Amino acid sequence: MQPVVRLRSAVCLLGRFPALADVDLDVAEGEVVLLSGGNGAGKTTLLRLLAGLVPLHSGEAEVLGFDLTQDRRSHRRELSLVGHETGCYDDLTVRENLRFAARAAGARASAVDDVLEGLGLARLAAITHSRLSAGQRRRLALAVAIAREPRLLLLDEPHAGLDADGREVLDALLGQAASDGRTVLLASHELDRARVLAGREVVLLAGQADGIADARRREPAPT
Amino acid sequence: MNLVQEAALVAGKDLRIEARSRVTLQQVIPFGLVVLLLFAFALDPDRGILRRVAPGLFWITVLLGALLAVSRAFAVEAENGASDALRLSGLDPAGVFLGKAAAVAVELAVLETVLAVGVVILFDVGIESIGPLVLATLAATVGVAATGTLYGVLATGLRVRETLVPMLLLPVVSPVLLGATRAWEAAIDGVPGDAWPWVGLLSIFAVLYVSVGMLAFGPLLEEA
Repeated sequence: MQPVVRLRSAVCLLGRFPALADVDLDVAEGEVVLLSGGNGAGKTTLLRLLAGLVPLHSGEAEVLGFDLTQDRRSHRRELSLVGHETGCYDDLTVRENLRFAARAAGARASAVDDVLEGLGLARLAAITHSRLSAGQRRRLALAVAIAREPRLLLLDEPHAGLDADGREVLDALLGQAASDGRTVLLASHELDRARVLAGREVVLLAGQADGIADARRREPAPT
Repeated sequence: MNLVQEAALVAGKDLRIEARSRVTLQQVIPFGLVVLLLFAFALDPDRGILRRVAPGLFWITVLLGALLAVSRAFAVEAENGASDALRLSGLDPAGVFLGKAAAVAVELAVLETVLAVGVVILFDVGIESIGPLVLATLAATVGVAATGTLYGVLATGLRVRETLVPMLLLPVVSPVLLGATRAWEAAIDGVPGDAWPWVGLLSIFAVLYVSVGMLAFGPLLEEA
């Protein structure tokens, strides 16, 4: 079966600085993969590369069957990226932000209501983004990502800013996404929590995929 | 979704944001009226100067208002990483361009309507031929909105956006200023035959920039 993500000797430069150096990675359909590594290891750049937001300097990159050296746009409708910012509009309500993202991705109209309920945002549906707390904004960003019904879900520190209840809800949703057959790449510093969700862990060290391990067998990293 | 539906989705989103933030209503339109008032103070209304130069003053004011509308249209994309979300949305960049340009055009149309009433009242201007005036205004509005959207995306994400957009946009839309002013002069003087060539020029400009925008917006959005 063709992998959802396939990188070979991938090099990605931010200015002259090699943010990713010689990365090889295969992710199969339906896999949940944890990307770990210290600050500046290249986790965010790797996720943005897979989303087509930063260009590949050299090497090969295929995502969802598209060669990113030729086309960085066509696969985007089938993926969602949750980054450090919400990507939402301050003057639109929670429901309007969700509806815009879902319609743009060609998702089902009912996906918006499903995700509002699933992420506990139904009571906030008529509130504008500008009036949400930081944690509520984080939930909305995740809701937008899921409402698009993507084949590939790219999550950069998804637990950051969430309260205990939000983390539980997120973990349940990620479990559901995995059981629905969606592929998830998850960059996180919260390794204990993320390893429960992930089937495999890829460790990035200074822009290089240093090791690949079964996440559930790894010992928790010393803090 | 087809291209028109995608454009409608983006235009609806931008107009909903505008309706809620009321930047056009509470800032752009009052700014335009203040500029018209300043022209009225600066130029002696008793000597008929204002009436003669009213079309030019009207279109200069519209262009200044357009700078604010275009800056606002892309400022909302710079908030909260929305420009990344827009790139990842899966929408055709040509549809995004058409949607954003349509929203700017609607805002400009509202501004022009209010300013036209202001010109009639403040500058004592009567309009003899309404047909060419409306068509010239329509073509000029589409041209300015398309050009503004194209150059607006160039400056997205730059700290110097507010100063760069006027530097880029005003020289490019000078044919619109010329054509729309001449067409309005002919319409005010009741000589519609003189207005039609300018309406043609404005239409060509509008079609050219809508076409260029549909082709160029995608690569420019990627670099923004």
